[in-house]
Amino acid sequence: MMELLTQPLVYTFMQRGMLAAVMVGILCAVVGSYVVLRGMAFLGDAMAHAILPGVAVAYVLQGDILIGALIAAIGVALGIGFFTKHGAIKEDTAIGILFAATLSLGVALISTIRTYALDLTHILFGNVLGVSDSDLVTIAILGAIVLLTVILLYKELLVVSFDPVLAATLRLPTDLLRNVLLVLIALVIVVSLQIVGVGLVAAMLVTPAATAYLLTRRLPVMMLVAAGLGALASIVGLYLSYYFNIASGAAVVLTATVFFFVVYLVAPGRGLLWTARRQAPRFSK
Amino acid sequence: MTQSASRVIPASLQVNHVTVRYNGAPALDDVTFGVDAGLRVAVVGPNGAGKSTLFKAIVGLLPLTRGEIRIHDVLFGAHQECVAYVPQREEVDWRFPVTVSDVVMMGRYGSLGWLKRPGKRDREIVARCLEQMGVAHLAKHPIGDLSGGQQQRVFLARALAQEPHILLMDEPFTGVDVPTQEATLTLLDQLLAQGVTLIVSTHDLNLAAAHFERVLLLNRRVIAYDTPERVLTSENLRRAFGTHAMFVEGNMIVDECCPPDEYTTVQAPSVETLKR
Repeated sequence: MMELLTQPLVYTFMQRGMLAAVMVGILCAVVGSYVVLRGMAFLGDAMAHAILPGVAVAYVLQGDILIGALIAAIGVALGIGFFTKHGAIKEDTAIGILFAATLSLGVALISTIRTYALDLTHILFGNVLGVSDSDLVTIAILGAIVLLTVILLYKELLVVSFDPVLAATLRLPTDLLRNVLLVLIALVIVVSLQIVGVGLVAAMLVTPAATAYLLTRRLPVMMLVAAGLGALASIVGLYLSYYFNIASGAAVVLTATVFFFVVYLVAPGRGLLWTARRQAPRFSK
Repeated sequence: MTQSASRVIPASLQVNHVTVRYNGAPALDDVTFGVDAGLRVAVVGPNGAGKSTLFKAIVGLLPLTRGEIRIHDVLFGAHQECVAYVPQREEVDWRFPVTVSDVVMMGRYGSLGWLKRPGKRDREIVARCLEQMGVAHLAKHPIGDLSGGQQQRVFLARALAQEPHILLMDEPFTGVDVPTQEATLTLLDQLLAQGVTLIVSTHDLNLAAAHFERVLLLNRRVIAYDTPERVLTSENLRRAFGTHAMFVEGNMIVDECCPPDEYTTVQAPSVETLKR
């Protein structure tokens, strides 16, 4: 049994992949807690897809791919805000338009580059086994910045998420705080690129946080539980990926989804079985 | 009763020629009124009269198209945070994972400043405000567990924790149980004794007449602003409510629905006995 767990880790690419996946799982879950509570799942997905043209442009200009991705993700988030504010269309419509547009632009740019160095499938679905030492350092530094911001701005982000009206009454800069949150989401998406890819990062943002939401009644606890679930899903997913030869990003996301379904059924007080049992006497009559 | 909070500096509020537009249409048109320090003002008017808009303008949530708001005779925005606002309960997500004491603590965030954690004094203030609103036993409960009346008390406790000079309440008497109404009225008395200026919107004209020194009758413009006896005349009410007002056997019935809520009964206040 023990050997089943240790055997994949003899390979350094598995060690690096595992470490990166755990860090990404934790980061996605913590920031994802705000995404779930503020109903920003669709926005997160759009930002993830907006990375694609950023990566392509950065590649063509021979710049840093991470920075290109970051600029593109933040740009599309602000663009959605702009269209919603001035263009008199609803936010989900603005997201729908820009989401498809950026994805198409990304695919168009990458298809014209015609090179194998920039592999579309790796960007779309991740390539956890290709994590380098410098990738690990980047993830760790950006991750530390994200976590530190979440901790330092805890009360501001809490009040602006729970009650924006109170936040404005307290003279908090609500627009600035929203933008800070968008930048945090963008950073997390960018560091997740290598692990789960553009296509699946939204699931890592939403699924562990939503699972934790069913289990807890306070935000800090929700973040901790989500982080634990995200890390666990990454570990279990990578083992499944190793032994059953499944694409790693998909394995991680499917594991997180299984956690969600189990909790959705059995969560104390809120789960499906729990509510069914509470209602049972009514039917037994 | 514990008179724990010290007397605050009473605020005078001056609203001068304020116009607020939503998508071009004026929600408030040239509204002018002044509230002397430590007075209680009831804001009444039909749905869509701009009561919530007025409150949001006073707390700085909506930009003014024209006019100015002065607090302590200082132009709005220049003074310290001293205005608290109790919104209608539907405006927040009650499934959000926070406890009752977390929510009340948010009232302290304004005076805490960036990067600071709440200290002992903040926790004491929160405990006292929970106690004052009779929800201390719920402190550790998630807000999702609360009844409508309890939610309202938590909002009020949070506004108290802000230690405001001016407190604005949007429809605090709508859709809550009788004990919560009573608790709210008791709180109004306590705050008056502390010198806090209170501005409260309500559908209930009888309550406005009984518990407030001034009534502001609003329908986009100020219809009347004075003592309840002078404001709540049949002529003024007809001007404010227009075709929504019916006069049946000397009683005025206002055809007016409360905001959507679990209590959708129509409050039909019979104002004294108004002669046609």
